[in-house]
Amino acid sequence: MQQGEAAGFLTGFLHPISGLDHVLAMVAVGLWGAQLGAPAIWVLPVAFPLVMAMGGMLGLMGVAVPGIEYGIATSAILLGAAVMLEMRPPLVVTAMLVGVFAIFHGHAHGTELAPGQSALLYSMGFVMATGCLHALGIGIGVVHRWTWGQKLLRAAGAVVAVGGVFFMWKALA
Amino acid sequence: MKRLSSSRLLTCAVVALAVVLRAEPAEAHLNSTGMGPIYDGLMHFLMSPEDLVPALALALLAGLRGAAYGRRASFTLPVAWLVGSLFGLTAAATTGSAVLTSLWFLLLGGLVIADAKLPLSAMTALAALCGLVHGYLNGTGMGQSGFAVVTLFGLTSGVFVLIVLAAAFVVQLRAHWARIAVRVAGSWIAASGLLMLGWSFRGS
Repeated sequence: MQQGEAAGFLTGFLHPISGLDHVLAMVAVGLWGAQLGAPAIWVLPVAFPLVMAMGGMLGLMGVAVPGIEYGIATSAILLGAAVMLEMRPPLVVTAMLVGVFAIFHGHAHGTELAPGQSALLYSMGFVMATGCLHALGIGIGVVHRWTWGQKLLRAAGAVVAVGGVFFMWKALA
Repeated sequence: MKRLSSSRLLTCAVVALAVVLRAEPAEAHLNSTGMGPIYDGLMHFLMSPEDLVPALALALLAGLRGAAYGRRASFTLPVAWLVGSLFGLTAAATTGSAVLTSLWFLLLGGLVIADAKLPLSAMTALAALCGLVHGYLNGTGMGQSGFAVVTLFGLTSGVFVLIVLAAAFVVQLRAHWARIAVRVAGSWIAASGLLMLGWSFRGS
């Protein structure tokens, strides 16, 4: 493994963690999955990386997706609102909603490889970091079994939604 | 995905072979550990994600299906890997095709996600095909090395150890959430393959 290859993994791993918009939305996916319980709690973390990678692939192939920044901000707003209101749509609707947002995140973040770095390790790092953020959300979501935890999760959803509004404001400015 | 038909498997084999045959000439490299060719081969495998991850994915898949599948894959994959690499030694130097690597990530990751209930014969064929293809690509990269055959024994030992440990670990998982975690790992593998495919199209 060459030095550039190791750097590729680190770059890919740190990229999603360093963007607060991405962090908020990914953690919200985990929180929502934890609120919804099975099977959503595992369908969302399985489906999200795949659809996100499809978004990244579209970006790499030069397929433009309009309104990326708005889409990412909207994802934080709607996912945060879903957690805040503890919404329970059918699983198909939930998966489709999360999937659409995954395309925006993959398109925006999955394609920024520095010259000389390994594309494979960058991709693996990027996907693994995103998965870890989902796991963080699910881990926090464990508190949903207690009444105070349910309130806490709703408050966390509100924080995510407010963050989304902030990013939307920045995108519009 | 209930069963992988033999005709579909044959199609996959033909596609894989076609991609291998059009592999591009490039800089074959073998990292030296300073501890001899056995360890060079072992480290080459452990430090090459394009080889390591498909072997790991196959181990996860076999482990999800049970001990019989794990045992079959544990012996089929390293033997096929060794045979493929010995064939590769006689070929011109090539580098592993990124497209081929991506397709293996996608195929094996997808099967892990689906917790595909493959028949034992299909698992054997899959392990053999994976070993032959990756071994061939490894072998072509080591033709210049003076101790290539010894190196390949080290490499296939690494394949054997990895698949035995990983498959055995998954076989003994009983908790529902633990098996789901394995399938999530399959999702990560497939997603990495999909992104890698994009990079291949772009020409990184």
